[in-house]
Amino acid sequence: MPDKIALNKFSVHYGPDPLLQEIDLEIQSNQILGVIGPSGSGKTTFLRALNRMNELQPGFTASGRIMLDGEDIYGLDYDAVSLRKKVGMVFAMPVPLPMSIHENIIYGPKLSAGRGWKYDEAVVESSLKAAFLWDEVRDRLKTSALRLSGGQQQRLCLARTLALEPEVILLDEPCSGLDPVSTAKIEEALTILKERYTVILVTNNTKQAARVADRTAFFLMGKLVEEGTTQQMFTAPKDKRTSDYITGRFG
Amino acid sequence: MEQRHFDRELLELKEKLLLMAAKVEQLIKQSVEALIKKDAALAQSLFALDKEVDKLEIDIEEDAIALIARHQPAAGDLRFLIGAIKINNDLERISDHGVNIAQSAIRLAAQPDLKPLIDIPRMAEFSIGMLKDSLDSFVNNDPDKARAVCRSDDKVDDLKDQIFRELLTYMMEKQDSIGRAMDLILVSRNLERVADLSTNISEEEIYISEAKIVKHNVQKGK
Repeated sequence: MPDKIALNKFSVHYGPDPLLQEIDLEIQSNQILGVIGPSGSGKTTFLRALNRMNELQPGFTASGRIMLDGEDIYGLDYDAVSLRKKVGMVFAMPVPLPMSIHENIIYGPKLSAGRGWKYDEAVVESSLKAAFLWDEVRDRLKTSALRLSGGQQQRLCLARTLALEPEVILLDEPCSGLDPVSTAKIEEALTILKERYTVILVTNNTKQAARVADRTAFFLMGKLVEEGTTQQMFTAPKDKRTSDYITGRFG
Repeated sequence: MEQRHFDRELLELKEKLLLMAAKVEQLIKQSVEALIKKDAALAQSLFALDKEVDKLEIDIEEDAIALIARHQPAAGDLRFLIGAIKINNDLERISDHGVNIAQSAIRLAAQPDLKPLIDIPRMAEFSIGMLKDSLDSFVNNDPDKARAVCRSDDKVDDLKDQIFRELLTYMMEKQDSIGRAMDLILVSRNLERVADLSTNISEEEIYISEAKIVKHNVQKGK
């Protein structure tokens, strides 16, 4: 199977400081890649590089290549807006828009309709179902999304991302503020979603990567130290730094 | 770096396992000594030692399960705990084989010698040596030593076959030798199992140190 995403000597600098250094990594479709590493290791920079979010901040420079389906997303003629539709993102803090649940979901598809993309009202139900939220909100779709619990809001954000029918879903610490039940629901959703999408999950909770990821990548000080199957990474990591991190000896 | 609470608990578990190993090694050694010296009292005293081993086995198993549940260990810590649970089980089984030898020793002490014991002390020395080396390999995280133990298992199997053949001739010649010969065959069988279980302990040490599964002549791992 060809790689969905391939990074080739990809580096990111903010001013003179290297945040990611010469990352080589292939990511396959229909898999969950868990990305772990201590604070400041470059996990989030890596994630944001995959849909070109870093460049929204001044001082950012990137070198090397990131290929998505064989196309260089940093190529001059690559459209960043269509990239972000293809590569959706869910952030650590759920940010529901101050409108109804229904409007939260349909907002993205409506907006993109202006660019010639089509959307269907049915996307509300299908997205909410895929995010494991439908049963809890089906009879109050017109109420404000702000009245949902934290765990529900995060699943709403996931549903909102899914409504744009992306191919890749980026998640930055999606369960950091959630209780174990909400976390389990998100994790359950992810393991089902990977059948249709490529999922990249940044997490500070190494156990979460162990539970849901097919492959795991360990970042440290802007470098990719090790990447492998989750089973190998959590039972027999090759690099001592990986072992020390996942056994909680530093980080 | 400051030692983690979890590391201290792992160390405590290892120390308990080593205490158990020392008792098991003593039990096997003394069971053979009781057999050779026809010392029924010594053999009898070993049953209490086996009870201590049984208690430790349960204690270690509970500790290991609690550590897994509370810390959800990974990598080397996970391999150590899984290995410790298996070694714990192996040691308890070895202890039971020591009890079996002690029971044979008690029966044989009450009867005249069938023959001078030559091969059984040799086999015992070999099996106990394998047990000691396998435990040393675990204590010192020494997978090379563990591999050497795995390789020496064939010698013990050969000795067991040799003992069996010799005792078979005694049994065929004299009917009244059958009971004593059977006990000696049982002793050799128990010593062979001690060697097998020592091989298991060595295989577990290789898994703990190198993440390689080496058993049944299959090798899997990184």
